[in-house]
Amino acid sequence: MSKDAKEKATTMAESKEMAVREKKELVAKEEKTVPGRYFIPYADIYETDEVLAVVLEMPGVEKKDLDVGLENDVLRVDGRIDFSKYKEMEPVYAEYNVGHYARSFALSNTIDREKISANLEDGVLTLTLPKAKHAQPRKIAIA
Amino acid sequence: MAIFSDPFDALDSFQQALDAFRASDWLEAGPSGGGAYPPLNVFRKGDDFIIITEIPGVKKSDLDLQVKGRTLRLSGEKTLGFPEKAAVHRRERLSGRFDRAVTLPVEIDPDGVKAEYRDGILALFLPRAESDKPRTIKIG
Repeated sequence: MSKDAKEKATTMAESKEMAVREKKELVAKEEKTVPGRYFIPYADIYETDEVLAVVLEMPGVEKKDLDVGLENDVLRVDGRIDFSKYKEMEPVYAEYNVGHYARSFALSNTIDREKISANLEDGVLTLTLPKAKHAQPRKIAIA
Repeated sequence: MAIFSDPFDALDSFQQALDAFRASDWLEAGPSGGGAYPPLNVFRKGDDFIIITEIPGVKKSDLDLQVKGRTLRLSGEKTLGFPEKAAVHRRERLSGRFDRAVTLPVEIDPDGVKAEYRDGILALFLPRAESDKPRTIKIG
């Protein structure tokens, strides 16, 4: 690699800048009966010894408009946007569209369904799915 | 232009209107900060303007907003928190620094600028400068 290219590569790795992405629209198998387009919220999924966590970005969704439900091993998240605050505002320039959010996840039997909890803050929903006792790692003592 | 004619149409019309204004060149990039994040939507309410942007997960303390003349600068950092001993199975959320400046085509009153941040949405109320307000002309 030439010296210039190498220097550029190092600088770019050091300063991490936020990138812009288009929202992914939801194309569902069943049609929604309420008006408004739906988008798929970006999700991070991570696991620790005790829990499985799903973090979803749903800016603009308030607690009152958020629905998290579990049915038939499927965890469904549905967050609606309150469009009334856009009343009397006329768009003059737009770089992104505004819509509701929905995403669903199939859960395995390692999750303790009774203890699932949700926390919504700054437009980020964190779902904490505790693992059932039998699924947590156990240390085995050697005699 | 009446956008909200019927509650069932309202949302779809609003979303279609936003799509239509994607091609608008109302906003120019500012002199400093050439980043593209966060994406902005600009609305007009009477003579004043409102800029709305989505920055989910950014804490108010990590946000910096500056106004000078017709230029607005929004900078900060978005951080994600993963606990130490976590195995990450999926990573779709982005994090990093951002620094964006935009120049408005109208004069605003910098003392009257108000910013509100809630649920990951930042709304900037930009009142139009008195000197820049349109004047109604009487036709004789």
